[in-house]
Amino acid sequence: MSTTWPEENTTTTTGDLDTVDMTINVGPQHPATHGVFRMVLTVDGELVVDCEPYIGYLHRGLEKLSENADYRQAMGWWDRTDYLAGMCCEGAYVMAVEKLADIEVPERAEYIRVMMMELSRINSHFMFLGAFGADVGSFGTSFTYAWRERERIYDLIEEVSGDRMFPTYFRIGGVTMDLPDNFESRCRWVLASIRQGLEDLDGLLTGNEVFVERCQGLTPVTPEQAIAWGFTGPMLRATGLPWDIRKAEPYSIYPKLDFEIPVGNQGDVFDRFHVRLAECYQSVRIIEQCLENIPPGRVLAPKLPKTLRIDEGELYLPTEGTKGEYGVFLMAKGGAQPYRAKLRSPSFCNLSALKDLVVGSYVADAIVILGSLDIVLGEVDK
Amino acid sequence: MTFGEPFFGLSWLDAIIRILIIVLVMTIVVVYLTYGERKVVARFQMRLGPTRTGPLGLLQGFADAIKLLIKEDIRPRNADRWVFEFAPFLTFIPVFLVLVALPFARDWGVRNLALGMFFVFAVLGLNIVGVLMAGLGSGNKYALLGGVRAAAQMISYEIPLVVALLAVAMVAGTLDLNAIVSMQDARPFILIQPLAFVIFFTAMLSELHRAPFDIPVAESEIVGGYFVEYSGIRWSMFQLAEYASMWAFSIFGAAIFLGGWQFPFGDDWGWGWQLALTLIKSLIMILLIFWVRATLPRLRMDQLMSFCWKALIEVSFALLLVNGLFLFYGWPEPILAAVNWVGTIAFLGGIYLRAARKPSTKDLVGSYKHVEVSNS
Repeated sequence: MSTTWPEENTTTTTGDLDTVDMTINVGPQHPATHGVFRMVLTVDGELVVDCEPYIGYLHRGLEKLSENADYRQAMGWWDRTDYLAGMCCEGAYVMAVEKLADIEVPERAEYIRVMMMELSRINSHFMFLGAFGADVGSFGTSFTYAWRERERIYDLIEEVSGDRMFPTYFRIGGVTMDLPDNFESRCRWVLASIRQGLEDLDGLLTGNEVFVERCQGLTPVTPEQAIAWGFTGPMLRATGLPWDIRKAEPYSIYPKLDFEIPVGNQGDVFDRFHVRLAECYQSVRIIEQCLENIPPGRVLAPKLPKTLRIDEGELYLPTEGTKGEYGVFLMAKGGAQPYRAKLRSPSFCNLSALKDLVVGSYVADAIVILGSLDIVLGEVDK
Repeated sequence: MTFGEPFFGLSWLDAIIRILIIVLVMTIVVVYLTYGERKVVARFQMRLGPTRTGPLGLLQGFADAIKLLIKEDIRPRNADRWVFEFAPFLTFIPVFLVLVALPFARDWGVRNLALGMFFVFAVLGLNIVGVLMAGLGSGNKYALLGGVRAAAQMISYEIPLVVALLAVAMVAGTLDLNAIVSMQDARPFILIQPLAFVIFFTAMLSELHRAPFDIPVAESEIVGGYFVEYSGIRWSMFQLAEYASMWAFSIFGAAIFLGGWQFPFGDDWGWGWQLALTLIKSLIMILLIFWVRATLPRLRMDQLMSFCWKALIEVSFALLLVNGLFLFYGWPEPILAAVNWVGTIAFLGGIYLRAARKPSTKDLVGSYKHVEVSNS
C-alpha cells in the first residue's frame, strides 16, 4: 500500500485548472459503516475512483480463543461473531461439535433450535431493512419500524433463554432448558407482528419512487461474478442462483420443512433488499411449521460426558447464516480443546468485493452499496 | 394605534420596534419548530419525542439552546479562521432580512415593499454565500463536499422557484406581497395556479435542504455536510437559519398561494384573525415539510440535478408561457385555472406512472420468481 494520498501527488498537474483527486476517510466512526469499518474513498468530484477498505477494529481472536478453551466454554464467543443473530452462530458451532463428537440431539431440541435460528434470522434481516433505509436517506422511519419488531423478537428470545443478544441458549447435545409454557401463543403473536412490520417496511421502502430510483440497477452482479467473489447468502441469491445451504446441504430438521428460496433477477442493490425482505416471510413460514409439528420430549441428550473430549477428526460444517455461508471448521486431536477452529465468515467474503462494486459509482451510492452488503463487523473481524 | 401607522409617530423607532418584535417572535418560533419537528417526526416513527423537559417536553428547545450556548466553540486548526467564523452569520442574516418584506397581517410587516417578491428572492439567494464559506473554510472534506453540493443545488433550484413564482406574479400583476395577498379574498391562488404551487413546494424543499433533497447535509453520507465542524453557538446559528428560513418560506408560500392573511374572512374578522391565518397556513406548510421528511429517502446528486433541469425548469417555463398567452389575449380566469389543473394532474400523473414501474409489492412472496429446489 502506498503512503502517498492523491492530494499530495501534485506532480501530474499542469496548467492552471488541473485538479487532483481527493481522499475521503469514511469510518471507523461514521453512521453508514454499521460498526467499526473504515474505508478510504478516493473521489474525483462526486465519483469514486478508488476504495481502500480497512478492517480489524473489532478483532477479538475468536479462533485462537476457541482453541484454548473447552468445547463448551467457547460457545459464548461464537455468539459474538454475528451479534445480530447470536442463535445462528452458536447453532453452527454447536452442530459442528456434535457432528464431530457423534452426539445425538433430541428432536424437540432440534425444533427449538430451528425456531430460534429463524427468529434470529428475521431479527438480523430487520436490522438490515431498517438500517438500509437509513443509508438510502430515510430519516430513521424505516429504522424505527424495524426496531419495533426487533424489540419484540428480543423480548421473546429473552423469555426463552434469559438473554437478548448473546443468549448462549444452545448446549452441546440440545438446548439449556425447555420452552416456557406460553411460548406458542407468544410466538404466534410475535409472528403476526413480524408480518405486519414487514408489510409496513415494504410499503415504506419498496413502494417508494425515490428508493426504487436509488437502488434499481445499481451495481448489478452476474452469478459468475458472484461465485468468483465468493458471495453467499442473499448476495448470491439476489443474482438469481437459488443456493441456500438449508436446501443444498441440509442440516438439523430443515429437510422436513417446507419453504422456498426467494431469488432476485439481476443482483443489483434493489434485488439484495428484496431477497432479504422475502426471506423473512419464509422464515415466518418455517417457524409456523415448527410450532405445529414440535414433538414433546427431552431437550438435552442424556448421559453427556462431564468434559467433552474428542479423539481425532476434523470437519467443516457449512450453515446458512444470516449473511451467507457461515461455516465452522473444527479439527480435534484429542483432549478437551479443538486443535484448530476456523470460521468462514460470510460478511468477510461479501465485503471483499466492496472495491469492485464501489469504484465508478457516486459517493452517495458507495454508502448504499456498503449498506446492501449487510456486513456485521463482529463477523468480519472475528 | 392601528398597525398601519408607525409606533410613536417616529419611523426609525417604529422600524426598530418592529424588527425587535419579529426577531423575538422568530427566535421563539424557531425554538418551538425544532420541538415541533422532533415531536411530529417522533409520532411518525412511533416514538414519543421529547417528554422530560417541562410538560410534554415543551421546554426542550430552551434546554437545547442553553446547552448550545455554554458549549465550547471549537475551531479546527486547519480551518480558514475568518471564513469559518463569519459563515454562520452570513447564512443567518439573509433569513432575517427576508422577514422585512413578509406580510403578517393587513399592511403589517416590518416594511411594505413595492417589490416585495423580488426582494425575497434576492435576499434568500444570498444564503448560498454563507453555506459555501462554511464548506470551504472548515478545512474538512465532508464540509467541502457539502458546501459544493449545496451551491450547485441551490443555484439550480432557484430557477424553477423564481419562474414558478413569476407565473403567479403575472396573474396577480404585481410584485407587492401585500397586494398579492389582498387579491385573494375570493379564492387563494393555489386554485388557479396549482402547478406553480407544486413547483414552488418542490424547489422550496431543495432550497431549505430538507428531505428528499437534503443532499448537502446528508447525515448518513457526509454526516452533516457544511456544518460538520461547527459546535456550540455557531452550529446553533446554522440551525436557527435553517428553521427560520423554513418559517420564512412557509409564510411566503402561504401569502402567495394560500391567501395569506386574506382568505377567508381576512377583512371581516380583524387583525388578530389575520395573524392567526398567516400562522396556521405557514404551520400547514411546515407540517407538510416534516411529513415529507419522515417518509422519503434521499435523492442522489445527479438525480436531483436531472430532476431540476429536465423536469422542473421545462414545466415552469411552459407554465410561464401559458400564463402569458392567457394574459395577452385576456381569456377568462376559470379557463386558465382549468388549464393549470390539467397541467398539474399531467405532471403529477407522469411522476406517478414513472413510479408505477416498480416491482409489485402485493403478495411479495409470490411476486418474485421462485425456483423449486429439491432437497438433495
